[in-house]
Amino acid sequence: MTALLFRDLKLAVRAGGGAMIGVLFFMTVVAVIPFGVGPDLNLLARIGPAILWIGALLAALLGLDRLFQAEREDGSLDLILMQETPLVLTVLVKCLAHWLATGLPLVVASPLLALFMNMDAAAMAATMLTLLVGTPAITFIGAAGAAVAVALPRGGLLVSILVLPLAIPVLIFGVSAVYAAVQEPAPFLPPFLFLTALTLVFAVIGPVAAAAALRASTD
Amino acid sequence: MSEQSLAIRKFSDLANPTRFLALSAIVWPWMAAITALFFAVGLYLCFMSVGDYQQGETVRIMYVHVPAAWLSMMCYSVMAASALGTLVWRHPLADVSAKTAAPIGACFTFIALITGSLWGKPMWGTWWVWDARLTSVFVLFLMYLGLIALNRAVDDPARAAKVSAILILVGFVNIPIIKFSVEWWNTLHQPASVIRLDGPTIDPEFLWPLLVMAIAFTLLFFTLHILAMRNEILRRRVATLRRLAARSAGYGEASR
Repeated sequence: MTALLFRDLKLAVRAGGGAMIGVLFFMTVVAVIPFGVGPDLNLLARIGPAILWIGALLAALLGLDRLFQAEREDGSLDLILMQETPLVLTVLVKCLAHWLATGLPLVVASPLLALFMNMDAAAMAATMLTLLVGTPAITFIGAAGAAVAVALPRGGLLVSILVLPLAIPVLIFGVSAVYAAVQEPAPFLPPFLFLTALTLVFAVIGPVAAAAALRASTD
Repeated sequence: MSEQSLAIRKFSDLANPTRFLALSAIVWPWMAAITALFFAVGLYLCFMSVGDYQQGETVRIMYVHVPAAWLSMMCYSVMAASALGTLVWRHPLADVSAKTAAPIGACFTFIALITGSLWGKPMWGTWWVWDARLTSVFVLFLMYLGLIALNRAVDDPARAAKVSAILILVGFVNIPIIKFSVEWWNTLHQPASVIRLDGPTIDPEFLWPLLVMAIAFTLLFFTLHILAMRNEILRRRVATLRRLAARSAGYGEASR
């Protein structure tokens, strides 16, 4: 399992532009927003957390369709399906590797972008924390979508369409936790705990559904 | 115990598409007739009932809007049950049922959204508000469209059935979460007023037409669903026959 983790990590970092593509996309999306809404720093500070979250959501979806597709193309997916360890566990490890390679860089990059958005230190820390907790949920639920679309020739767009509605709760609780941390009356903990719970729930549903879909797509 | 095994045997009898076609051929004209009857009574009641003292005539939109919204959720439940049937019992008609229910459900959801928008304009003064219920119904609509797109994207019907069944179930688990989170996000719509523990708060004047219309809509859904399933079975038969014909034609060429 650790071997698989490191293999996936190495592949993600070294192959085809690597993990930086996701971060680059994230930065581009966030950089485009001020051109749309205007360079008003107060407005940007107010909508900044939401923009960072939406950018991270889109960037996390970007690489998802490759999660199982590369394995399918070179045939190693069949080997993964045949091995003795439960497929759910393998999928979970692959999700972890995918998150380490694409999700974690987004979290690391978020304070820098928060500076661009004129957010204060509390909002910056809250955004980073919620992204750290929330992005795995997107990866887990996205794995189910990626596994469903693995056999399709152009599955990438379909994965996004299928996964985005399911990721709405993550976005809602992530953003409301950040706003709760910044604005005084609302408590930070309830939405944050809901976000954590969502990640844990998706960590169960996603790999199970993805494993079932992978089995269904090969036989 | 014996009754249960009997029921299962009956249900699995339906697994034979020919038997299903024969049975549904007998059933559907009756269902269509009963549906028409309920619609006639329901529409009569709708237009006989007095308008609301606040909302005036526009309250009659409710008799279409609310049943359509109920059905949009019931249809997804039917799809989830069919998805379970596909994955657990491998019922050969379950995937036909799930596949054909999706467009019908999307239609009802669309009707609910459109009528809600038409009702919202005179009542709230705007076509659309980002209110919790409207938003979650809209998300449901997007999920229907995504499922239809997925089913269209996979060529082989057996494989399409399995992957969409998995996704239907994932969505089914997610719908309560989405609904809850959207309510956390923002709420303006009135709370549920018909199905409540302490009895309906809605006046009987409106309740009776509403219930009759709800039954009529449900019957309409099942009639359309049976017809769509018949169409899908026949379509698959035609596809198989074409394939067989093409193959035998190929053999004929080769032997000559």
